[in-house]
Amino acid sequence: MATPTLPARHYLNDGYGVTSWLLTRDHKRIALLYLAAITVFFFVGGAMAVVIRLELATPAGDLVSDETYNKLFTMHGVMMVFFFLIPAIPSVLGNFLVPIMIGAKDLAFPKLNLLSWYIYIVGGLFTLYALVTGGVDTGWTFYTPFSTVSSTTNVISTALGIFITGFSGILTGLNFIVTIHRMRAPGMTWFRMPLFLWSTYATSLINVLGTPVIAITLLLVAAERVFHFGFFDPAVGGDPVLFQHLFWFYSHPAVYIMVLPAMGVISELVAAFCRKQVFGYTFVAFASLGIAVLGFLVWGHHMFVAGQSVYAALIFSILSFLVAIPSAVKVFNWTATMYKGAISWQTPMLYAIGFIGLFTIGGLTGLFLAAVGLDVHVTDTYFIVAHFHYIMVGGTIMGYLGGLHYWWPKISGRMYNEWLAKIAAAIIFIGFNLTFFPQFIVGYLGMPRRYHAYPPEFQVLNVLSSAGASILGVGYLIPMVYLMWSLRYGKVAGPNPFGASGLEWTTTSPPPTGNFAHTPIVTEAAYTYPVAAEGYVA
Amino acid sequence: MPETATGHAHQPALAHHFDDLAQQKEAATLGMWVFLVTEVLFFGGLFATYSVYRSWYPEAFAAASHEMVVWAGTLNTVVLITSSLTMALAVHAAQLGERRRLLLFLVLTMALGAAFLGVKAFEYYTEFHEHHVPGIGFQFEAKYFRHAQLFFSLYFVMTGLHALHMIIGLGVMAVMLWWAWRGTITRDYYSPIEVSGLYWHFVDIVWIFLFPLLYLIGRHAGA
Repeated sequence: MATPTLPARHYLNDGYGVTSWLLTRDHKRIALLYLAAITVFFFVGGAMAVVIRLELATPAGDLVSDETYNKLFTMHGVMMVFFFLIPAIPSVLGNFLVPIMIGAKDLAFPKLNLLSWYIYIVGGLFTLYALVTGGVDTGWTFYTPFSTVSSTTNVISTALGIFITGFSGILTGLNFIVTIHRMRAPGMTWFRMPLFLWSTYATSLINVLGTPVIAITLLLVAAERVFHFGFFDPAVGGDPVLFQHLFWFYSHPAVYIMVLPAMGVISELVAAFCRKQVFGYTFVAFASLGIAVLGFLVWGHHMFVAGQSVYAALIFSILSFLVAIPSAVKVFNWTATMYKGAISWQTPMLYAIGFIGLFTIGGLTGLFLAAVGLDVHVTDTYFIVAHFHYIMVGGTIMGYLGGLHYWWPKISGRMYNEWLAKIAAAIIFIGFNLTFFPQFIVGYLGMPRRYHAYPPEFQVLNVLSSAGASILGVGYLIPMVYLMWSLRYGKVAGPNPFGASGLEWTTTSPPPTGNFAHTPIVTEAAYTYPVAAEGYVA
Repeated sequence: MPETATGHAHQPALAHHFDDLAQQKEAATLGMWVFLVTEVLFFGGLFATYSVYRSWYPEAFAAASHEMVVWAGTLNTVVLITSSLTMALAVHAAQLGERRRLLLFLVLTMALGAAFLGVKAFEYYTEFHEHHVPGIGFQFEAKYFRHAQLFFSLYFVMTGLHALHMIIGLGVMAVMLWWAWRGTITRDYYSPIEVSGLYWHFVDIVWIFLFPLLYLIGRHAGA
């Protein structure tokens, strides 16, 4: 087979000036704008994690003051949750892939898509402004009355930043929903869609339904702080617990905004690197919707100690257990897909397997926390911290990196260094587990979260965690280097370097501005293997 | 159905990434409906908050509601419902391609919207005058002093956000007026009017809920 060459015209060389990027309506270029922006926020949030882990290497609170530490974990959470984890996969991979995967030229509303990016940037700048002018110390949860009455830090600008950025997520979700409904190519029926689209669709539903609630809630917090209106202030009969209800009504589903797209990525990876149709396609598709729906009914499990009624706690507990069903459907179906598959151990598949393992641990410990009695025991300990990092970092970031590697040849037209990529994946996996597994133990032993000092008997586990964090940090830096390097020196990928199925692999790498030379006509289900497409080199 | 270069050339309103105007119109309409769903949840947070405190403090809410300028709220309800009628007539005129009638009804809709905001401003002035704004020298009978602040906080945020939506609606209508004036809106391409109309009706409907919840609950409570 001839060595593949880059196409003469593609979206990356269709205009070079600054305005050709900053005023682009091309979903692929907007995806890259997001990629640049979220990477910046990821490393800002990561830098704060570095200081946190350095502080916790010794039991005494000696590196930073307690006030500074409060600001560090707050801003780490705010940056990572609202500016990296929530937008990461939908805004980068989703933006790039949704139109291509359904055979469309662009999203339904390209200008709105660009606007979403600018909204995201403005929100991010507000939050960065809050950071450099003194930070905020309420925790990413902004619990009242501390956030409205007591805290003297930059609550308003941070909340405003999150409020603004929320609209970016809403508009992106709206764009995806309309695009998937109205822009599918001839023959691309709902049940021929790649599972990444099902999970993106489910995520978009949560974005559209949940985000406005956090928006109005933060607005009420701001009004209470600025105008001294009463909403949650007990002095006028308001109820701080109501704030928690409204906050978690969004912020629990937000966990599914983070992890559902990663699940979609994993479905693509497992199919592509096992050369098989995803086992139980329909179940996996409906599991995404099931998680989106159930995710809206479980927020009370964050409030078992907040004084809600025992009956409410009981019902929230049962509903939380129910979420395990669609989640387990996915895990079982991925493993069933791998069973007797022709597995090739390329980098994206390593991330996929890492995801399945880490998500399973994160999910199962979630069941511990859904049980009221056990949850009361470990509330506000490092057990919680470890649990949600297994989902958010072990799940979402593994899925994000796996997807970024898998589609990198499509995005850039070139291959990364496979050997380095495998090493990095291994380092990330080891570093992640070393960072967070000790936190399960130390949390179960009773170490509370959000303190900068702790009893000396917890030091060994904390040193292990800090050591793991430094390994993890190195692991995250390596892909930065070789992915950038590949842009110039990487081997030209050709249209389908992995021999994968899916419309995105039928167009050139990188794709032309309109994605396809001709509107594709779809005649078969997703994941039909083997693929007989041009460029297949397995 | 594959696009043809000539097909697009004849239809300047058709964006390049759609196959035809019908697909483009369906996308725009669905987009607005999804946006309105978001809006329902946005106001939903406020209605939930209102419901909780109303059920906890019914007497205080009835007493505070008694202080509303009911005739102004009633007038505004009539004004808004009428504006929905003129909006619907504007959409109808756009569908028939009757440019003069379209312009007339858009102007009427905007005038009614502006009238609503004028009445609302008068009400805010009255409430400010009577020291009913929480946070700045709030005054109320001692028995309900604390909980009435919850009512008025909710009143100002709910009607304030509604008024903000009205102002945005007026901005949208101004753009529609400009498009209708310069001839962008035709019998084949009227979806901007239709979609703006959906938004306008939604903002009206929010008021239809706000009016009884804020103005009328005290009427029969004998507070």
